Amino acid sequence: MSASDKRPERDRPWLMRTYSGHTSAAASNELYRKNMEKGQTGLSVAFDLPTQTGYDADHPLAKGEVGKVGVPIAHIGDMDTLFKDIPLDRMNTSMTINATAPWLLALYVALAERRGVDPALLHGTTQNDIVKEYLSRGTYIFPPEPSMKLTVDTIAFAVKHLPKWNPINVCSYHLQEAGATPEQELAYALGAAQTVVDAVRDSGQITADELPKVFERISFFLNSGIRFVEEIGKVRAFSELWGHIGRKRYKIEDPAMTRFRYGVQVNSLGLTESQPENNVQRIVLEMLAVTLSKNARARAIQLPAWNEALGLPRAWDQQWALRMQQVLAYETDLLEYADILDGSPVIEAKVRDLKDRAVAELERVKLEGGMLKAVESGYVKRRLVQSQAERLRAIERGDVKVVGVNCFTESEPSLLAHGEGGDILKADPEAHARQVESLRVHRETRDAREVVAALDQLKLAAQNEENILPASIRAAHAGVTTGEWARVMRGVYGEYRAPTGVNVGARSSGDPAKIATLRQRVRETSEAIGRPLRMLVGKPGLDGHSNGAEQVAVKARDIGIEVVYEGIRLTPRQIAVAALEEGVHVIGLSVLSGSHLELTKDLVRELAETETQETPFVIGGIIPVEDETRLRELGVSEVFTPKDTELNEVMARVVDIVRRQHGLETLGGLT
Amino acid sequence: MDWRNFEDERVYRAIAQGKRPAVAAALNLIDDRRPESRRDVEKLFAALDAYENPRRSHVVGVTGPPGTGKSSLASALAECWLGEGLRVGILAIDPSSPFSGGALLGDRLRMTRSDPDERLFIRSLSSRGEKGGLTPNAWLMSRVLLSGFDRVVIETVGVGQSEIDIAHVADSTCLVIQPGSGDTIQFLKAGIMEIPDILAVNKADLGQMARTTAEELRLALPEIRDENAWKIPVETVSAAHHKGIERLAAAVQAHFEWLDTGNRLEDRRRQAEARWGVKRLRERFGEYGLEKGGGEDGMRERWMATSGSPFEKLERFGETIEQSLK
Repeated sequence: MSASDKRPERDRPWLMRTYSGHTSAAASNELYRKNMEKGQTGLSVAFDLPTQTGYDADHPLAKGEVGKVGVPIAHIGDMDTLFKDIPLDRMNTSMTINATAPWLLALYVALAERRGVDPALLHGTTQNDIVKEYLSRGTYIFPPEPSMKLTVDTIAFAVKHLPKWNPINVCSYHLQEAGATPEQELAYALGAAQTVVDAVRDSGQITADELPKVFERISFFLNSGIRFVEEIGKVRAFSELWGHIGRKRYKIEDPAMTRFRYGVQVNSLGLTESQPENNVQRIVLEMLAVTLSKNARARAIQLPAWNEALGLPRAWDQQWALRMQQVLAYETDLLEYADILDGSPVIEAKVRDLKDRAVAELERVKLEGGMLKAVESGYVKRRLVQSQAERLRAIERGDVKVVGVNCFTESEPSLLAHGEGGDILKADPEAHARQVESLRVHRETRDAREVVAALDQLKLAAQNEENILPASIRAAHAGVTTGEWARVMRGVYGEYRAPTGVNVGARSSGDPAKIATLRQRVRETSEAIGRPLRMLVGKPGLDGHSNGAEQVAVKARDIGIEVVYEGIRLTPRQIAVAALEEGVHVIGLSVLSGSHLELTKDLVRELAETETQETPFVIGGIIPVEDETRLRELGVSEVFTPKDTELNEVMARVVDIVRRQHGLETLGGLT
Repeated sequence: MDWRNFEDERVYRAIAQGKRPAVAAALNLIDDRRPESRRDVEKLFAALDAYENPRRSHVVGVTGPPGTGKSSLASALAECWLGEGLRVGILAIDPSSPFSGGALLGDRLRMTRSDPDERLFIRSLSSRGEKGGLTPNAWLMSRVLLSGFDRVVIETVGVGQSEIDIAHVADSTCLVIQPGSGDTIQFLKAGIMEIPDILAVNKADLGQMARTTAEELRLALPEIRDENAWKIPVETVSAAHHKGIERLAAAVQAHFEWLDTGNRLEDRRRQAEARWGVKRLRERFGEYGLEKGGGEDGMRERWMATSGSPFEKLERFGETIEQSLK
């Protein structure tokens, strides 16, 4: 007998995934099958923004967004294509989908039924965590209350009919990206999970003896940063606190039911653009933190590509990330041992400390009235912003070292970054048109009467507060589209359009002398043009990052401008009509999604159509230098980019635009 | 087409049809403080008066303390009317900053859809320092909208209970009430009953609490023996869940029909005009000037007894006060 035959029994490795999806269902299917040939053991589907926010490709808001950050899925036919030649009963599929989670799950279940696969055999996850959408990710649709109801529906349905499905993945991932410290991650994720379990328990949809099953079905999605000892402590603290909550709060005795189950994507925001090859060791170390503890090991891992900070990764870059996992799982001896950190006094002390601080923060959240209230009141957001600011200051001061960024910055020329780039994944410009066309064909070939009946039933189910899944699955079979499903839901539940954090009480900062000068300029300009200077501020497109627009709106208000704040997710037509109806003198748009050229062309057309073409407009956002000239040619009066950090100077230029438009002399900068 | 050319007959026809660019230009004009623009405003009003308004148009005020869901309710009412095929114009008023005079106007958020409805027009306004929940030009603007839309909704600032001005501008005023807010009942008991024509207890999804509040309100309302008098209805609604909105709209309609019998509607509108005029005179001459001119009530009565356009009257009354101040 050779030595290799006597190798000790190994644990089964975690699921290995790559977060991916782009262009179309067919293109994504091809990518998935290629990845599986390379040894990937699970799928992680990225959906495009229209699918995430409930619009079909032919909706005006979808323009420029179809197939961009993920795959467009409009109906059961798209779902079928996405999983072509992939056996649903044997695949473990994770879907990053939230506001429209019940619908995408309904499509998946309907597809299984159509293929003769018992839905009870389906494995996988719907992210379905709405709390963090309000805090950081921004793809919510409905107000918090109906959103929670839909989450509850999905969980209750899964517990009864999809015993192996994880209907929710409570995310601390995005909290860390928004600035959360480890104890904040622990407190807010566990707080959100408790809120969800409470809601399911109190919904009347499950019996008391089903509660342990509900608890067991709650899984988590974590981030892992570079301070890896702390991260080891964090995952162990998560595990212990979750078990404690199960036993104490919900009186669940069976330890199998109170296990902390989680997936991980390691930190993407911490990857650096300079000396990008160093990201490889960062990713590996971050992966170690969530795999070393056998008792708190991740169930599924997806790693970013080393060059993600530079642009879209190539297939080879993604393969490299997968190989990192495979080397750890199959080459090293990690999976042959019990928990190698048990009994370490250092780790134990770290875990205790994190738990204490997390429990204290959880108590604080309770004082705010629970997690949902603490989110609605803005408490959690304020805490995150504070932590983020502290972290950035520490990097600026050099207290936190980032190799290749604030230390050891000299480098030999990189040989990797400039290698062959033959198969870089580029966004396909035809993707939108093709998806629109396939949607048209789909609508023409389905049974229209059945669609109407299914939509009626869906509306009734929503109005009567029944579980939404059965009616959604019927609608999926009938060929209803994502946009149609969401339209019915919007009609019943309304749309959540929080002022996205514009703090009306907030006062903008800056040199008081400059603000006084600006107020004087606004007053004089208003007098000269006859009425108060009015400005429209808003965000066209689907990306939900509204901080920039909000800061501009508050600043403009503080210098005396009447600001019509339009918020996020606007069509060019909405902006043009609002500009006309509101009689504004200037329009300020914020565009971060990269669709600025397309949106500008559309807006120019809509302004002409509404006879508002005289109203000048400015754009702020992440805009490449080469596009600035093009934007000006199209008719944009000013382009502001991240280098324009002084908001007072930005406003001085905006006021000058209005002055020029009305034949008044311009006043120039403030210094 | 220059919508700012108020010599052009077509501009007025477009306003009366509720055409966006024409209505927007007219509202901009009303806001314009330059003397040459005042002449155009007078022209505008004379012309609009000359247009026979075939609509049974109706100005509805929506008011109430902060946090009661005024915006959502105004938006739900608008949806309901649009659904009936009516044209709706909205004036949404937000407070201005006492420090800078600037304002953040965010009410459109709740009302707009990705493909804006041709029959819906929204103008957001700042209170511009005016107390009482409105903006100085609210009455003039509501007159413009009245000529082009079937329903005109004015949503007040919502700073508290001092917002009585809306009752003097709107034909029908709907006071929105939060369930469980005892202060509203105190406010009703205090006898300021001229404000609301309809009471709407919002957030009916709160269940028992909403029903209790509605019951308390009904008990707090004065008993009305006169058969012809208006009896204030109390409706429980949920703007967030779109429940009870049709009933509320029916109550608003019933009030309008009540106003429309006899001279009530005309009286209200003449009162509204007189209040607008006296308010402008107070801005110009102060309390003392108003006393000299015969006191607020006296001036209002004289205003209503005088014929002519509001601007002619404003000028004539102003001259009289100026004379008496000499």
